[in-house]
Amino acid sequence: MKLNRRMFIGTGAAAAASLQAPAVLAAGHGKPRVVVIGGGAGGATAARYIAKDSKGEIDVTLVEPTRTYYTCFFSNLYLGGFKEMDDLGHSYGTLAAKYGINVVHDWAVDVDRDSKTVALAGGASLPYDKLILSPGIDFVDGAVEGWSVAAQNAMPHAYKGGSQTELLKAQIMNMPEGGTFAMVAPPNPYRCPPGPYERISMVAHQLKANNPTAKIIVADPKPKFSKMALFQEGWGNHYDGMVDWIGEDFGGGNVSVNPDAMTLTIDGEETKVDVCNVIPAMKAGRIAEMAGVTDGNWAPVNAADMSSKADADVYVLGDASQQGDMPKSGFSANSQAKVCANAVRGALTGSRVFPAKFSNTCWSLIDTNDGVKVGATYEATDEKIAKVDGFISQTGEDAETRKATYEESEGWYTGITTDMFT
Amino acid sequence: MRVAFVLPLALAALVVAGASFAEAIGDAEKGEKIFNQCSGCHQVGSGAKDRIGPHLNGVFGSKAGDHEGYRYSNSMQRARADGLVWTAQTLDTFIENPKTLVSKTRMSFRGIKNAQERADLLAYLRIYSDDPANIPEAEPTAIGTDHDLDPAILALKGDAEYGAYLSSECLTCHRADGSSDGIPAITQWPEEDFVIAMHAYKRKLRPHPAMQMMAGRLSDDEIAALAAYFKDLD
Repeated sequence: MKLNRRMFIGTGAAAAASLQAPAVLAAGHGKPRVVVIGGGAGGATAARYIAKDSKGEIDVTLVEPTRTYYTCFFSNLYLGGFKEMDDLGHSYGTLAAKYGINVVHDWAVDVDRDSKTVALAGGASLPYDKLILSPGIDFVDGAVEGWSVAAQNAMPHAYKGGSQTELLKAQIMNMPEGGTFAMVAPPNPYRCPPGPYERISMVAHQLKANNPTAKIIVADPKPKFSKMALFQEGWGNHYDGMVDWIGEDFGGGNVSVNPDAMTLTIDGEETKVDVCNVIPAMKAGRIAEMAGVTDGNWAPVNAADMSSKADADVYVLGDASQQGDMPKSGFSANSQAKVCANAVRGALTGSRVFPAKFSNTCWSLIDTNDGVKVGATYEATDEKIAKVDGFISQTGEDAETRKATYEESEGWYTGITTDMFT
Repeated sequence: MRVAFVLPLALAALVVAGASFAEAIGDAEKGEKIFNQCSGCHQVGSGAKDRIGPHLNGVFGSKAGDHEGYRYSNSMQRARADGLVWTAQTLDTFIENPKTLVSKTRMSFRGIKNAQERADLLAYLRIYSDDPANIPEAEPTAIGTDHDLDPAILALKGDAEYGAYLSSECLTCHRADGSSDGIPAITQWPEEDFVIAMHAYKRKLRPHPAMQMMAGRLSDDEIAALAAYFKDLD
């Protein structure tokens, strides 16, 4: 049974009880307790590092509803046919077996910061000394006129890994000959800045092979986007004439959809489309808001340790956090998790706390063996996580360089998922 | 063949140009003798061919791993893809200790520690590159100073516990179990090799933009700490 987060919240607590979450171990044995909500790049990494490095001195509970975690990063490669869904799935077994993490497959539905407890949909209550929130993203209601989560089967967002990704791929593969794939791209800030454009590349790759007269339309509320020159060069080289990117200047932000009629209206002009991938504006995963640590759409944090500006015993990692210059990415979340883990361990056991160092690299695949990347290092200042130095792939690079970049991205995928789950 | 014709002229030019110039870039005549250590594998000069190692005509200014038909190691191919170009500086680093620059090169050569000997060898090899006058003088004169690590840096005792924390940043890409697939293994290196390699990235001698960036902000102590941690990581 695969549950989508939004569907799940919609169906309420009754369905949650049927998930049969394992019993939560009773607290009260005197060890400091850390509860981590969200088992993605931020949460799984934080739980693993705290448990591994504290060597049993800290009780770590990881709350994650899905038993198999499908990474959102690399899911575009599944759309393009470069990866199988199974390649993207990871289980939490090793975190429990090797590091003694109490992995609870349930939804966190509330946080009481006064009594320092987390309420689970299944009815249990988890006490904590330190709480780490890494809930990823949810979508801003009403961000795209005509679209709501109720319409996500007709017009998938596919911006959380798993069933939505599979749905979008099935729709792409079933497009009529010469049909139209449309994307409504999100406004800043959002998860994985190059993600929508890598996706366009992967969809184009798939269509070029299977449906070469198909068209791709991108309605974008932004005037420019991550790695824009690299993507546009690549689209010209590999998919000439197939991709029509409509930016802010041409009304790309003035968009509405009709999921029943499968139409997309851009700046007053209605188009019938066959697949419509709506990626709405994003906000922190809902539990951050329920915990009362958000300000607007995101949860502000202190750069030195990722602690919430609202509560020194709550930390927010990854996409949900508002930290400064780092992009919202799995790599960033993983990087932030290590700084946080070091600080949390120090606070609870007196272990040495070292200065925060952050880094990120985002690889994107444009076509077979045509990989590009952008990366930067960051440091903590009093105000924010601030960029120190960066690099980006260059246009016109030779094929060997691009191939090496793609191979490096595959190495990174193995590296980060090993760092999260094994 | 063009090389054969040009060579005597170029040699003559070097000799005529005077002692100060020859000293600055090393002594080609001495370099010819040093090349005996290389000639088992590498040919140079008229009619030189790729054998155990690639021939070295025209090596200055060429991309690493550039000879068509020669089977380079994966490491050398990666260095090429990363943009390694053979200049006086990169050649000097490579000859000093090949594995510092290209981790798993098949060139089994312990390296030449003596900076003057390397300068002499490079002065000799330089004769066999087209139009050596176009090679900037700043590079050869910098040999032996720019990337000779201060012995004090090599002597730093690394704080392995700090290294364990810092290593977490490396382990997003590199694997703790020492396996390598698309991204090289970095565990169980001798500390000195690790320190030399990281400083080579830090000074942008070793190519690779991500590693230059990562190493670029590490202090000498932090590099020593990482070396101390990774040397024992099993």
